[in-house]
Amino acid sequence: MAATMTKPAEAPLTATETALVAQFGDRSSHLPGNADAVMARDKAVQAIKAHRLPTRKVEAWHYTDLRRLLNQFPDWRSDVAAGAADPLLEDAHRFVLVNGQMAERAQIEGCQIESVADALRADVGGVALEAPADADDAVGAINTAFVTDGVRLSIAEGAHIERPIEFQSIHDGGQAHTRNLITVGAGAKASFIDRHLGSDEAVLASNVTELTVREGAEIRWIIVQEQGAAASHLGKLTLTLEKDAKATLFIANYGGKLVRQEVHAAATGEGADLTFRAINLIGERTHCDVTLELDHLVADTTSTETVRNVVTGKAQGVFQGQIRVAQAAQKTDAQMACNTLLLSDEGGFATKPELEIFADDVVCAHGATVAEIDEDHLFYLMARGISAKTARGLLIEAFVDEIVEELDDDALIEALEIRIADWLEAHG
Amino acid sequence: MLEIKNLHARIAEDGTEIINGLNLTVKAGEVAAIMGPNGSGKSTLSYVLAGRDDYEVTEGDIFYNGESILDMDPAERASAGLFLAFQYPMEIPGVATMQFLKVALNEQRKARGEEELTTPDFIKKVREAAGTLGVEMEMLKRPLNVGFSGGEKKRAEILQMKLLEPKLCVLDETDSGLDIDALKIVADGVNALRSPDRAVIVITHYQRLLEYIVPDTVHVLSKGRIVKTGDKSLALELEAKGYADIIAEAA
Repeated sequence: MAATMTKPAEAPLTATETALVAQFGDRSSHLPGNADAVMARDKAVQAIKAHRLPTRKVEAWHYTDLRRLLNQFPDWRSDVAAGAADPLLEDAHRFVLVNGQMAERAQIEGCQIESVADALRADVGGVALEAPADADDAVGAINTAFVTDGVRLSIAEGAHIERPIEFQSIHDGGQAHTRNLITVGAGAKASFIDRHLGSDEAVLASNVTELTVREGAEIRWIIVQEQGAAASHLGKLTLTLEKDAKATLFIANYGGKLVRQEVHAAATGEGADLTFRAINLIGERTHCDVTLELDHLVADTTSTETVRNVVTGKAQGVFQGQIRVAQAAQKTDAQMACNTLLLSDEGGFATKPELEIFADDVVCAHGATVAEIDEDHLFYLMARGISAKTARGLLIEAFVDEIVEELDDDALIEALEIRIADWLEAHG
Repeated sequence: MLEIKNLHARIAEDGTEIINGLNLTVKAGEVAAIMGPNGSGKSTLSYVLAGRDDYEVTEGDIFYNGESILDMDPAERASAGLFLAFQYPMEIPGVATMQFLKVALNEQRKARGEEELTTPDFIKKVREAAGTLGVEMEMLKRPLNVGFSGGEKKRAEILQMKLLEPKLCVLDETDSGLDIDALKIVADGVNALRSPDRAVIVITHYQRLLEYIVPDTVHVLSKGRIVKTGDKSLALELEAKGYADIIAEAA
C-alpha cells in the first residue's frame, strides 16, 4: 500500500476521476456538515486524487479494476421523481432516501432516530466523517466526499423490535450517496432490510453502513441490491460484534452493472457469532464483487460463510473472503464455502478465500466449486415431463434457494424467492 | 403400442455401440420382461427409450403408437405417456419432492392441453397414491430422493408413475436393492396399474421380480439385441440354466 501511495501518478486522471474532482468542486458547498465534515470530505477527494481509483495492482481490488470499470460519473440530478417502493416485507418500518435525500422517516418505539445530515451539521453529539485510511478504501472515500444523508438509529438496550426495519435507497439516475449508522443495544433484537433500487438510468450509488451489535444482541441484516441495469453500486458495511452478539448477514445481489459490496466484520467479544450468506445472480455484462474481511479477535467466536452464485451472459463475479484469526482467538470456528453455477461459457467467477491464522487451537476451513447444471439431474426432471427450460429453472432455484431457506422467516424467504424466480425468468 | 425396429445406438461421447439391431414389439395391455446379463444393454435400452442424449441412435427407429419418437426430447416423450422408473433415481438437493411432483404433473397436463391441478386436488391425489404405497407424506417434504433409502427411492418412483398415469411404463431393474417386503409393495403398485390400454416393460437381471409381476412375454437381451422371445416359462428356464446356455442355444 505504501508503494502505491508514493508512486507518482502513472497516467493522467481518467474521465471519471476528472468528473469526480470537478463535481466535488461544484457540489461541496451544498453538502451537509460542519467544518470538520467539510475538511474530511476535502481530504477524501485529495486522497482519491493522490491514490487514484484502484486498479488491479491494489491487492484488495485485484479482481475489480475500479479505475477501468467505473467508466461513468453521472451528473447530479435534483429533478428526481422516484417514489418509495413497497417494502420487501409489508409490515416493515420504512425509511426512504431518494437520490440520497431523506423522503420518509419511520418512528419506532425503543429507537432513537436522527438524520445523518443533521448529525453531520451538529457540533455536539453529531457524527464525524473519517478521511479514508488508505488506497484500498475507495468506497469509503467516495462516500465520505459525497454523502448527503442517511439514518442514524440506536436501539435501546433490551428492546425487541418486532417488525422489520427497511432502509430504502432509491434513485432515478445521477448520484445517490447514503450512510447509515446503527447501534443495537445490549440484549436487543431487530431485523433489517437494507435495500438499494432504482430506475435503469445511469447512476453512481454508494452506501456506507456502520453497524454495532452490543453484548448479547441479535440481529438479521439483509442487503437487497436490485438496482437497474446501468447502476454502479459501491457498498461498505462495517460490522462489530461484541460479546455473545449474534448476526445473520445476508446479501442478495441481483441488479446493477458494476457492484462492489464490502463487508468488514469483527468479532470483538467472546461468544460472538456471524452467519454470513450471499447470493449473487449476475447476467449480461454485470461485474459483481463481494469482498468480506472478517476478524476473529478474541476466543470462542464462530462464523460460517456461504456464497452461492449464478452466472450467465458475459457477467463476471468475484468473492474475496478473508478470515483473520488473531493469536488470542483460540477455539475459533469458521467455515467458508463459495459455490458457483456457471450457465454460460463467456461468464466467469473468481473466488479468493484467505485464511490468516495466528492462533493454534482453531477450526477453519474453506472450499470453492464452480459447476454447470448437472445433466443427470436435468434428464431426471425432463423424464418426468418437465420441459428443459422449467427443469433448468428448478435446478438453479434449488441451488440458490437452499441458503435462502435457512433464513427461518417464511415471509422473507417468499419475498426473496419470488425475486430470484423473476430474475431467472429474465436471465435463465 | 411400442415397436422398436432394427435399433442401433451408441454412447455419444466415445461411439461405443451398445444396442445392435434390436427388434421388439410390445402391445397395449402387455407386460413384457426384458432379461439379460450384465452389459447386454438393458439400461441403455431404457435410456434410449426415455431419450437421454448421452446415447445416439445411428440406425433403425422407435415407434410409439405408430409414430417415431426419436426427434422428441425426454419431456415430450414423458408427456406423450412414456415413463421410465430409474434403476438409480437421482438425488436432487433443494428441490422439494412435493414441488417436483406438482410441477411434473402440471407440465404434463399443460403439454396435453389439460387444466392444471389446483393445490387441494393435487394434495388429495398424492395422499391417496402415497397411502397405497406406504409412503409417508413427511418423506415428500424432503428434497427429492435426498437421504431416501434404496427402498424409499424405488417406492417414490412407483408413486410418480401412479400419479403421472403413463401409457408405457419402463421399469429399469426396479428390484435391485429391495428386500422382499419392499419388492411386494412395489410389485403391487405396478400390478395395480395394469390395464388393457397400458403396457409395461420390466427390465431385470433376475427372475425374482417376475414372480410378483407376472409377464406376458419374456425377451432375452444379449449384446444389444433380442436373441430369444417366449412366455413366462422362459424366465424360469433362464433361472435354471443361466444366461450362457440360453444365449448359446439361441446363437
